[in-house]
Amino acid sequence: MGSAPERFACVAEIAETLGAGLRVRLAQAGPIPLDVDLACPPGQLHAIVGPSGAGKTTLLKAIAGLYRPQAGQITSDGMVWFDSAAGTWLAPQARRVGLVFQAYALFPHMSAQANVETSLAAQPRAARAARALALLTQVGLADKAHRRPADLSGGEQQRVALARALARSPDVLLLDEPFAAVDRRTRRRLQQDLATLRESLKIPILLVTHDLDEACALADQMSVLHEGRVLQTGAPDQVMARPASPLVAELLDLNPG
Amino acid sequence: MDWPALILSLKLAGATTLVLLPVGVILGRLLAFHAFRGKRWVEAAITLPLVLPPTVLGYYLLIALGVASPIGQAWQALTGQTLVFSFSGLLIASVVFNLPFAIQPLQRAFEGVGQDLRHAAWVGGLSPLATFRKVELPLAWPGLLSALVLTFTHTLGEFGVVLMVGGAIPGETRTIAISIYDRVQAFDTAAAGIMSAFLLLSAFLAIAVVYGVGARAVRLRG
Repeated sequence: MGSAPERFACVAEIAETLGAGLRVRLAQAGPIPLDVDLACPPGQLHAIVGPSGAGKTTLLKAIAGLYRPQAGQITSDGMVWFDSAAGTWLAPQARRVGLVFQAYALFPHMSAQANVETSLAAQPRAARAARALALLTQVGLADKAHRRPADLSGGEQQRVALARALARSPDVLLLDEPFAAVDRRTRRRLQQDLATLRESLKIPILLVTHDLDEACALADQMSVLHEGRVLQTGAPDQVMARPASPLVAELLDLNPG
Repeated sequence: MDWPALILSLKLAGATTLVLLPVGVILGRLLAFHAFRGKRWVEAAITLPLVLPPTVLGYYLLIALGVASPIGQAWQALTGQTLVFSFSGLLIASVVFNLPFAIQPLQRAFEGVGQDLRHAAWVGGLSPLATFRKVELPLAWPGLLSALVLTFTHTLGEFGVVLMVGGAIPGETRTIAISIYDRVQAFDTAAAGIMSAFLLLSAFLAIAVVYGVGARAVRLRG
């Protein structure tokens, strides 16, 4: 049981020395407190768990370039996205992040295909439609490409959001509670889809969730976030087996002893 | 029907709408998407013309644009004419008393678009301008239309401010609303009746358009 986490720790170390993957260090006292230090190498799925209001979404927004913390550093594959000491701050457009929003944030006035095409603005106009359709086919929605979000089920909307997030060939994939708004059966299927998808994606994936079972089932690494601070990071089974503090145990709803 | 008054009113309403369109979009977006110190005070100031007696607003505009004021003097030095009791002065007053009618529908409309959709567009690589064009405007256009229609119709009907700032100079500042008052004073109820019916109908149509567009937009968003 000890070998898998050790292997991941080793992969993380090598990746970090090469500058590969995502490296996030953030610190600020307010208005939203943040104290985060995490590394996510390519191919790794890293879950961020914690109660609502723990700063999970703020953390994702900082990585995506939608929220600028006071101090810290964010690098992706060695490229500096944010460095407070150097005054570096890349706009979200310059970061190549795929972000699946909690409520998906699909554009309601556009078809599924047009939604995906908005993330292909950098490509020649003629190539966009085919690429968008290919992505929708990949998530199993080729036959519903012309429907608007309102005419799609929750699970289908989620897959459109995923296709749109992947359209830019992102360097990092961020998932903000992507399974929170669908029923249990759909959730299980989408979780399986994600497990399959990550096999083919050689990028860091950050999954924000308050569902521990989901984190344990899908993630290689898990960070417990509370009031903006990462309390513990490790393989999910390790964290569950050996919470670093009574607070972590309480947050993970583990009975002491 | 006092045709010169009607034409003047239409001219004033058109010019006011044209000036307020960019102002409304810029300020409406600013208020919808940004938090800043003193935002409540700005919102209160914009709403003021809705609740202030038109004569009070007109009085202050008269002072602010009058011959003794810096604005009035600068205008006179520039054009050789007074700002008050002129079409230009009337236009400035009209822009001020229509601020809430132009800005509020646009602010609500942009608020309805929400931050998440803009963020999604940015993360997807769309520039702020492209986001405005492809996401914000297509979703906020009912608010834009409301702002245009309300500003235009409200300008047609405004009485107190126009009388205070413009007087009632035929062809220059006597709008249709003032002409109705003049006709009633002259016991010409037939002319007053026709013009009143015209304003009533245009106001009713304007509100119907605004409501109809609102309902359509709700259906669109599902």
